[in-house]
Amino acid sequence: MARIDLDHIRHAYTANPTSPKDYALKEVDHTFEDGGAYALLGPSGCGKTTLLNIISGLLHASHGRLLFDGRDVSHASTQERNIAQVFQFPVIYDTMTVYDNLAFPLRNRGVPEAEVDRKVRETLDMIDLADWAKRRARGLTADQKQKISLGRGLVRSDVNAILFDEPLTVIDPHMKWVLRSQLKLLHKRFGYTMVYVTHDQTEALTFAEKVVVMYDGEIVQIGTPAELFERPKHTFVGYFIGSPGMNVLPVEVDGNSARLGGHTVELPGAAAGASGTIELGIRPEYVRLGRSGMPVAITKVEDIGRHKVVRATLEGREIAAILGEDEEVPAEPRMAFDPAGINLYADSWRVEMGGR
Amino acid sequence: MNKTWNNRAWFMVLPVLLLVAFSAVIPLMTVVNYSVQDTFGNNEFFWAGTEWFQEMLHSDRFWEAMGRNLIFSFIILAIEIPLGIFIALNMPKSGWGVPVCLVLMALPLLIPWNVVGTIWQVFGRVDIGLLGYTLSAVGIDYNYVNDPFDAWVTVIVMDVWHWTSLVVLLCYAGLVSIPDAYYQAAKIDGASRWSIFRYIQLPKMNRVLLIAVLLRFMDSFMIYTEPFVVTGGGPGNSTTFLSIDLVKMAVGQFDLGPAAAMSIIYFLIILLLSWVFYTVMTNYDAER
Amino acid sequence: MLELKNVTKTVAGADHIRDVSLTLRHGSLNVLLGPTLSGKTSLMRLMAGLDAPTSGSVWFDGKDVTGVAVQKRNVAMVYQQFINYPAMTVYENIASPLRVAGTDQARIDREVKRAAELMKLTPYLQRTPLNLSGGQQQRTALARAIVKNASLVLLDEPLANLDYKLREELRAELPKLFAEAGTIFVYATTEPHEALLLGGNTATLSEGRVTQFGPTIDVFRQPVDLITARTFSDPPLNTLVMRKDGARFLLDGGVGLPVPTELSAIADGAYTIGFQPHHLSLARPTANAVSVPAKVTVTEITGSESFVHLQFADAKWVMLTPGIKVFEADETVEVFIDPRHILVFDAAGRSAASRKLAA
Repeated sequence: MARIDLDHIRHAYTANPTSPKDYALKEVDHTFEDGGAYALLGPSGCGKTTLLNIISGLLHASHGRLLFDGRDVSHASTQERNIAQVFQFPVIYDTMTVYDNLAFPLRNRGVPEAEVDRKVRETLDMIDLADWAKRRARGLTADQKQKISLGRGLVRSDVNAILFDEPLTVIDPHMKWVLRSQLKLLHKRFGYTMVYVTHDQTEALTFAEKVVVMYDGEIVQIGTPAELFERPKHTFVGYFIGSPGMNVLPVEVDGNSARLGGHTVELPGAAAGASGTIELGIRPEYVRLGRSGMPVAITKVEDIGRHKVVRATLEGREIAAILGEDEEVPAEPRMAFDPAGINLYADSWRVEMGGR
Repeated sequence: MNKTWNNRAWFMVLPVLLLVAFSAVIPLMTVVNYSVQDTFGNNEFFWAGTEWFQEMLHSDRFWEAMGRNLIFSFIILAIEIPLGIFIALNMPKSGWGVPVCLVLMALPLLIPWNVVGTIWQVFGRVDIGLLGYTLSAVGIDYNYVNDPFDAWVTVIVMDVWHWTSLVVLLCYAGLVSIPDAYYQAAKIDGASRWSIFRYIQLPKMNRVLLIAVLLRFMDSFMIYTEPFVVTGGGPGNSTTFLSIDLVKMAVGQFDLGPAAAMSIIYFLIILLLSWVFYTVMTNYDAER
Repeated sequence: MLELKNVTKTVAGADHIRDVSLTLRHGSLNVLLGPTLSGKTSLMRLMAGLDAPTSGSVWFDGKDVTGVAVQKRNVAMVYQQFINYPAMTVYENIASPLRVAGTDQARIDREVKRAAELMKLTPYLQRTPLNLSGGQQQRTALARAIVKNASLVLLDEPLANLDYKLREELRAELPKLFAEAGTIFVYATTEPHEALLLGGNTATLSEGRVTQFGPTIDVFRQPVDLITARTFSDPPLNTLVMRKDGARFLLDGGVGLPVPTELSAIADGAYTIGFQPHHLSLARPTANAVSVPAKVTVTEITGSESFVHLQFADAKWVMLTPGIKVFEADETVEVFIDPRHILVFDAAGRSAASRKLAA
């Protein structure tokens, strides 16, 4: 396992990039710590797969350096970097047995057969496929195939990192849970450095210790799941994480309070030096519906089982709120914001209030 | 289900049925008709039964031609399939080279059979042909008109030139359908060039290869035009394949009965061998 | 009204669809929910008329249309893959079904603009599909289905290939479309969450059978059998086999759950108790809730909630609990099962509640 340093990495697919628009990856300067579980989260086209492929060596960055444990590997081949990668669609050698699939990377590296056998058996146990060892790989289900792809990485004792490129795309919801918790368990037990690319917030948040949110070739925020949920640095993060995403409302700030249309909302602290377009961000989870607060009109209530999503309008602005499974929408609904969930944004970037 | 799905759909098939009837079934039946009767012209026919068939199956001439056919098909497959795979593997996968290569590959396939024969007939001539003249100029004794070995080499090289492209194009289609992730995974697994071929490319080309082998086998087994134009079946009988022999018999000697019997045997053999090829290869496919 | 009556489809000896009877009304949204290969696509093909049933019949507005080809049925279909005519502009793509029908230019123009507005495609009308993002391509396919004014619109996992957030947006827009047209919509998905967000009616599928059909939230809350409950749970349904003895469900270890009053009449014996992950909690939800010591295997944190994976005897459970809870692996925690929200299934997997209602 290794620490991975991305030293001012930039990448353009065109030969002679001139403007920043030509870069699929604008500038990434970040360190993946040894043994960490990271997710790269963002919509398609945000550069997350480009970044992953630069780490694995399938792409070579046009600018910047890549270091594994301080060693410059910017120009090293994929094989020299010694990484493992699991792709969106399962890649298996379908003429081989499950056993031979796992043995393949070892045999290619000339590992003695006794050692191959020991490692393969160990890995088969890790991915729960010991009973399938002698089966042809082609007849297996999608989740089993994906486990084989993973196993081909795990079998090598010296891998620097395991990279995942939307690995659960073709997996049924029920199996997603099983595979995800197995991944987590493997990470806990063996301390692999893992980087996981996805557009699915649930996958990213549940898998990673640190989530890297990307947008338009840039990193917008890096943080723990809780940080991204409670303190989104940018309105994009607020929108992209959480479902429904954060409510973003134009306000005017005056000291410790904000004016929202004809109402006044108390802020948790004074916003220092906020200028430009000021917006208040509040997640539906922190919006309270009850008998006190601002009067709202309910447009729709979606009962999605474990909670209800209430769509309401406040002076013509749409606001989403979440109600518990057993809670009801009051007859004359009023809305209040929990101060703990209020964030303030100036030109889409978060400003601190009262020193936090 | 009690209801008929849609009766009118059958009318759509009618033209094809008629076409097949005229182009295949009726001629085939005529041949069957000839094969069991004797005729001296004038539309007089005498019942011959299985006589022609027995005569054919006991004739050395038939078996020799048959042997030549089998050897020829074997050599053709042994050269064209590996060569086709090799060329397909080395063709560019993207960029301006792709259309150029595809057009170059398709060129020989667009030339009519008899023209191919003529081209090579002239090309190989010692007096005016570029190939023949060059070879004799550098001191190689090459003459496809007199030497059976040279005649065979010429016919085989001509067929390879004409048809390898078909194998190339089929294999290429199989290769480009392999997702990039496979090559990337192989790189990560540290696979050698040979392993990539053996475990990724070959399995993915399996189906198109089956088609390529079948087509090339059937076609080479029925070869007629090119050797007829180049060597006329000679020297001696050295390049007289079944089809050439058949025409000699039917048109040259006007032995309609034996010729008809021969063509039916010939037809059945091709049918049988194609079926064997197909089942062996699909079974192999299913087993894996 | 589209009716399937005892429809069975057998392909090469294997049952793809087994004895399905369904009635779908005009202006309704119907979700087909089930895992891969449960028969969703096969059922849609039968509805569309792309396939004929092996036995049984299909009726449309009181007419038997079994065996009537798809071309004559005024059906629109949208697939998981973005299928558009690559050489045509978005405008022409959307207009294509109207052109086939020979509609006059003025009306085509009106209809296309309306659909484009609805699907937020107006700025892209003159582009070709390959120059659009995945979401825009799928919107084009959806717009084409809208202008066709079909009486039956089949959507086969239309959002599966889109980004999570994009999916969320389109999913919110779709029901609006459904409400406007008087069309029968059928929507196939593998995700229980998606079914709940779409609302309408849901038919749960398992191995080619429709296990239950009804209003989505009812099917979710009152599944008739264990298979339906499992199909409609994400995270997977937690289960526990218990023995009913009088007024309590008992476990060998002495743990007991009070039998819900409405089920007090059912016979004693073994039952499978099912409960959703959010009905398992760290704090006592009601006075008579039962606590169970379970071992933590993994914890997943979403930022606002935690999914705690638990092991209790042989059973694997997931608990969804608010806030961020971090546990050591193999730590034993007391978790509470809320008796108000349990589902009870008999030995054959049928819901004890619904059987009592039927009796």
